[in-house]
Amino acid sequence: MELLSFGKTGWGDELLIATMMTIAVSITAMLIGFLFALIFTPLKLSKSKFLNLIGNCYTTIIRGVPELLVIYLFFFGGSGAVMYVASIFGYNEYIEINAFITGSFAIGIISGAYSTEVFRGAIQSIDKGQFEASKVLGLKKPVHFFKVIMPQMLRLAIPNLSNVWQITLKDTSLISVTGLVEIMRQSYIAAGSTRDPLFFYSFAAILYLLLTFLSMRLINKLEIRYSRGY
Amino acid sequence: MDFELMINSFPKLLNATLITLKLLSASLIFGLFIGLCFAILRVNKNPFVNKFAYGYSYVFRGTPLLVQIFIIYFGLGQIEYLRSTVLWVILKEPYWCAIIAFSLNTGAYTSEILRSAFQTIKPGIIEAGQSLGISSKIIFYKIQIPIAIRQSLPAYGNEIILMMKGTSLASTVTLMDLTGVAKYIISTTFKPIEVFIVAGGIYLFITFIIHNVIKFLEKKYSFN
Repeated sequence: MELLSFGKTGWGDELLIATMMTIAVSITAMLIGFLFALIFTPLKLSKSKFLNLIGNCYTTIIRGVPELLVIYLFFFGGSGAVMYVASIFGYNEYIEINAFITGSFAIGIISGAYSTEVFRGAIQSIDKGQFEASKVLGLKKPVHFFKVIMPQMLRLAIPNLSNVWQITLKDTSLISVTGLVEIMRQSYIAAGSTRDPLFFYSFAAILYLLLTFLSMRLINKLEIRYSRGY
Repeated sequence: MDFELMINSFPKLLNATLITLKLLSASLIFGLFIGLCFAILRVNKNPFVNKFAYGYSYVFRGTPLLVQIFIIYFGLGQIEYLRSTVLWVILKEPYWCAIIAFSLNTGAYTSEILRSAFQTIKPGIIEAGQSLGISSKIIFYKIQIPIAIRQSLPAYGNEIILMMKGTSLASTVTLMDLTGVAKYIISTTFKPIEVFIVAGGIYLFITFIIHNVIKFLEKKYSFN
């Protein structure tokens, strides 16, 4: 227990900050994932074969390639890509991207592929009559989407999104290879300097369990909220 | 685009794929066995037994695979007692540690898949067996298990693909699997995109094959 005390002698405060970091990365990644889903879900549902192909390529590639490989691509290729874009605009200095941004972007793209599939499934299982009804009523496109489709889609999507959240939360442990100090990295550092890996990795496992357990309870509440009236 | 690098790295990556496939097949075989055992425990009526099985699957599904590998590879070596037993022969090898972690992980997911398959078997089928005077043991092994396996094929196919991606974590415990070698080539040449295309292509190819094999099996063993 001494190892977990706060202050200079223990690792309690470091691990607490690391847990916050894990939560921050997970939420950022999830939001970036939603952004990607917002772009790719319409592509997957579109009638054009070409747009369909782009959407399918994204989800198939990301879901078929290991997360770690994607993270390495971003870790080693991220600043190169940004520098290339910057050089077009005439900026030639070295740019280093923060590990938080690379990490949440890499995990975000992965999480986005799963979210895209969830949203596609949810929209497809909304009754056709709903689309036709809002067309017949002459609703404008934004109203149609935000007031008719979205609330129904969310109800159907939330149970599956909770799975995506779990996957995203667990995937953030992989960012530790890039040196971002989240739970896994902090445990690695602590295990290295105290020579007590069993304790620190087990504690990391408990922290992750706690995070998944608490977030599940929160999501269950959301689920109840969005299925009012059913 | 450096095509020369892509062509040169291809044989090295292909070689590493062999390790990935070995890890995958070993952990799937052990994992299926573990999963089946725990699924049987889950449907057991004794609350202590099924709580234990539930706890196992909850812990392994609720924590990242990386933590599990690290606990087994770095953590277990710390226990002095283990070092003196025969188990140490296995536990000091990163290869076996990775297989143990993967098997336990996929076993947890497999047990959930099989459990839900057991629970969706129509009671009429079991009742039919009972009214034919078949003993409950034979009903379980000859009727419930085959049906459960067929029911769980689609979900199990997904699990195989997830596990295939999971084997990439073996590279974190010094194993040179496909991802490990890809990372090595990237960090020596600083050409991430080219290596990603080749390594990712190999992974996608394996995914494609697994997907089609499962589809074929589903068709072959469909009820209609």
